[in-house]
Amino acid sequence: MTGQPIRTDVTIVGAGPCGLFAVFELGLLDLKCHLVDILDRPGGQCAELYPEKPIYDIPAVPVCTGQELTDRLMEQIRPFGPVFHFGQMAEKLERTADGWWRLTTDLGTEIESKVVVIAAGGGSFVPKKPPIKGIDAYEGTGVFYAVRRMEQFRGRHLVIAGGGDSALDWTVNLQPLAASLTLVHRRDEFRAAPDTVNKMRALVEAGAMTLDIAQISGVDGTDGRLEAVILKDKDGERRVECDALLAFYGLTMKLGPVAEFGLNLHENLIPVDTERFQTSTPGIFAIGDINWYPGKLKLILSGFHEAALMAQAAIRIVHPERKVRFQYTTSSSELQQKLGVA
Amino acid sequence: MKIHVTDRDGGEHELEATNGWRVMEIIRDAGLPITAECGGACACATCHVYVDPSWVERVEPRGEEENDMLDLAFEVQENSRLSCQITMTPEIDGLKVTLAPE
Repeated sequence: MTGQPIRTDVTIVGAGPCGLFAVFELGLLDLKCHLVDILDRPGGQCAELYPEKPIYDIPAVPVCTGQELTDRLMEQIRPFGPVFHFGQMAEKLERTADGWWRLTTDLGTEIESKVVVIAAGGGSFVPKKPPIKGIDAYEGTGVFYAVRRMEQFRGRHLVIAGGGDSALDWTVNLQPLAASLTLVHRRDEFRAAPDTVNKMRALVEAGAMTLDIAQISGVDGTDGRLEAVILKDKDGERRVECDALLAFYGLTMKLGPVAEFGLNLHENLIPVDTERFQTSTPGIFAIGDINWYPGKLKLILSGFHEAALMAQAAIRIVHPERKVRFQYTTSSSELQQKLGVA
Repeated sequence: MKIHVTDRDGGEHELEATNGWRVMEIIRDAGLPITAECGGACACATCHVYVDPSWVERVEPRGEEENDMLDLAFEVQENSRLSCQITMTPEIDGLKVTLAPE
């Protein structure tokens, strides 16, 4: 990455509900935030796992979906102008010579701030990998969980596994480039958008690709070169020759590089105090599902509370000289100006 | 009430079960390795179990949403279930399940 590191007040790892609400609480104290999230949009689990599921336990909101909650939080924090770095994984956290925290992402973005807030939920969303013996040996050469460049698959014999939008979209998009393409799915029904499913069925009808109702039970190859996948159904196993497998089984959460940030961990969670929600390292806070303290409940509302207390501690680190006045949005014209309502 | 759970190493566990609890919750709270990432919203397929064939007929059948989510699980079989979608009742006292690979 070129250019100088970004400097801001607070870096937030994770743009789920707690990370978003932290922007609000920090914003009321005039602290500017940059957020990093591995997903390509805000909302975290609310957006990725259950965008359409109802949530009933947000105070004063009898019901809203995961996506609605995300949308409303985005609206609520808009006055504070948060800067998002989506599609990036927070990879490294280190102290600079002049006492700032420098967070580096896997895309090389560098953000320096006095305070870092880890609001990473269950960790980074990463693709689910099939529990197949020996599959690791082909990852990146013959086995893929995402498509970065379509050209990479030109002229190759592809097997695509899955039944959702990713599997079907890539089937339809890669078929013209591939030497051959087999879509493998456990049943002859697809969750993907009906229009894409119809396109896929038309390709099968035209003999341009194969649909195989089965599950992948093995991979085979030599010297790290994939040569075939083994498919299994009720009638037994069979071999399908191919040189690339694209597996789309959704995402799962892994703590990932946060575990290497040098913080104390408690069963993959980050212990914090309950006064400031600060970790074992001063200046680094953890809020939401990723933290742990006696009595912790993994509820969105707990994360919101944690964000508010964290912000009170963060301001004292970013601006130790400043006298902090506690104010209410209902009565403070100063806060109302920040919110753009006065 | 009890359920019997076989873990991925073949270890067998007899767990105390409570009426009305989801089988996933019983397994999770016993500390067995079940991810149950979405917390029971039928949104992740990380509480996948195999119901012992002798019990398949006695548990409530798979819902459509559950069947869709099983697309995200591995090594799905006829007796595959998401354990967050099975509610404990006296009728299934003694239920036997095996944790699926993940």
